[in-house]
Amino acid sequence: MNLAAQDIRHNVGRFALTAVGIGLLLMIVLGMSGIYRGMIDDALIVVDRIGADLWVVQRGTRGPFAEISRLPANLEDRLRAVPGVASARTFVSHNVQREHQGKPLRMNIHGLAWPEDKGAWVTLTAGRPLGQAHYEMIADASLGLGLGEKLALGKDTYTVVGVTKGMVSSGGDGIAFLTTRDAQAIQFDLSGEAIRLERAARVQRAVGQDIGQVQPLLLERGGGLSSGIPALARPMVSAITVRVANGADAAAVAATIAAWPDVSVHSRDDQVQLLVHGMIDKARRQIGLFRVLLVIISTIIMALILYTLTLDKIHDIAMLKLMGARNGIIVGLILQQALLLGAIGYGIAVLLGDWIFPKFPRRVLITPDDLWALAAIVAALSVVSSLLGIWKAMRVEPNKVLS
Amino acid sequence: MNPLSTDTPAIEVSDLTKIYGSGNTEVVAMKDVNLRVAKGEVIALLGPSGAGKSTLLTAMGLINPPTSGRIVIGGVPVLDGPQPLLDLRAFRRHHLGFVFQKANLIPFLNAVQNVQVALEINDTPPRQARKRALELLDYLGVADRANNLPDALSGGQQQRVAVARALANQPSLILADEPTAALDSHRGRQVMELFRKVAHQRGSAVIVVTHDHRSLDVFDRTYEMEDGGLRSG
Ligand SMILES: Nc1ncnc2c1ncn2[C@@H]1O[C@H](COP(=O)(O)OP(=O)(O)OP(=O)(O)O)[C@@H](O)[C@H]1O
Ligand SMILES: [Mg+2]
Repeated sequence: MNLAAQDIRHNVGRFALTAVGIGLLLMIVLGMSGIYRGMIDDALIVVDRIGADLWVVQRGTRGPFAEISRLPANLEDRLRAVPGVASARTFVSHNVQREHQGKPLRMNIHGLAWPEDKGAWVTLTAGRPLGQAHYEMIADASLGLGLGEKLALGKDTYTVVGVTKGMVSSGGDGIAFLTTRDAQAIQFDLSGEAIRLERAARVQRAVGQDIGQVQPLLLERGGGLSSGIPALARPMVSAITVRVANGADAAAVAATIAAWPDVSVHSRDDQVQLLVHGMIDKARRQIGLFRVLLVIISTIIMALILYTLTLDKIHDIAMLKLMGARNGIIVGLILQQALLLGAIGYGIAVLLGDWIFPKFPRRVLITPDDLWALAAIVAALSVVSSLLGIWKAMRVEPNKVLS
Repeated sequence: MNPLSTDTPAIEVSDLTKIYGSGNTEVVAMKDVNLRVAKGEVIALLGPSGAGKSTLLTAMGLINPPTSGRIVIGGVPVLDGPQPLLDLRAFRRHHLGFVFQKANLIPFLNAVQNVQVALEINDTPPRQARKRALELLDYLGVADRANNLPDALSGGQQQRVAVARALANQPSLILADEPTAALDSHRGRQVMELFRKVAHQRGSAVIVVTHDHRSLDVFDRTYEMEDGGLRSG
């Protein structure tokens, strides 16, 4: 006969309620680690999926995720000339927050280097990769845009031709993939009036200087398109990703590029480290500490619950001692209930989390490793938290029965 | 000396003294008590409230060690003053049975399990323990309530389950502290007679603290306690 089981059967409602409470608590512990993992995973998605071997950025910066990095877009061509480079692509990425159908729509716009890159590497759940140089996009499902839906951004309207899933920026915003040209058009979109004012200002600046007087053609150029004035044009891209050819030595290629005085180069691993230990470092540590706190709190709460359960039985425990029960029987009674509570709570946490976490706005990533770790934590927590009750039970004198 | 020989007393206590507290609050609850009970004997312990009956009984039950004196049970010295001479809990498990004024049944176990647990504590295999527990309940006339929780039993039924539990491991010494106080006189007498039957049939010694003077004829001997002292009644 198992005393712990009999006690639970007798107090089934109360025990169930306690188990649910512990389950909810453990679900939060699990969720915290899921949020932690999800955040790291989200941050690394782009770096992972793009599959670049090298990231070339503005000299001295650690961009494009860590800080602002500006490079001329034509650096791409220079990189293609480096022996061992299989491909070089501009990396353009920025966030926009617009309104769509009356609701705020926040997204990360990612430029694809058309025509080499049509987004074929993006896993699609519906539709197709980009099919033309302009006005098409692949949207992450989290943006809530359906296939064929049209979205006005800047002066143009873009059609969703493909839908992907789980592609988010390190901030958790869904990514929209457009051609680099389109992405930049959106990034640098200015109203007609702003453009007119800027052109006028440019002409005025040139007029005020010798060179403007000496070179009248410059005035004409200054009043034209920004892109027509390479020397005055905006820096175009934040990074260039490089793929190293099969058989080529990535380190040697990196060393060649690093020798250029105008750029810095980071390997894919560097980039991952920069993200994890740079950008999301504080948030990551914050959640990590919170998780530790939660485990401690769970232990304390569970210890109190088990202590109360033991106190309720203290008279019966005294009676068992009076009848000569060994300590093992009494410890077993408390410990088995603790472990059972922990196990049921764990089950509830996993099932409930399975159901609830996917509904969270950001990814909550539960890995099998985390499930095992939580199981180990719960087992340890059950044992530790039953110590208080066991201590109390060991101290009770059998003649307590008489009082 | 062979502890199993029939002339070895079931219990022998010498010069038992119990002092509770110290200084101003000192209470001498029991003073120089000597008592010898033979196997198969049923004795009653009488006396006014506060005389020290429970103190003596719990001392003999090894749950309330005396301040001084010696206790020998079945020829085995178990206590020398407050000093245990062996594992008291294991000794209780094998040799002692208790009944109190309240049944003190474990509320989350049904009647048969309450008896069964005493047997399992003493390493009887569960199946056998259950069988024996049912026999005991039958012997005490509560077999029909075997599967009821204590809550669902009357006071008298609970007390009979408690008696069954005390008898479960065939103890050589049964200690009962006002076991019939909560029962009507008819039921009370039944329990007392049961003790007598158990003592005479199985050779256990039974010591009963009681205030019930109508059942005194059941006992082989009676003792009177007063102000911590014991004398033959
Ligand atoms: N734990 C204790 N601490 C201090 N004094 C105690 C304690 N237990 C009993 N006493 C005192 O010892 C004396 C004997 O008590 P005991 O319980 O043995 O009496 P009793 O004969 O069983 O009385 P009753 O018939 O009322 O049960 C009393 O004066 C009581 O107040
Ligand atoms: Mg008493």
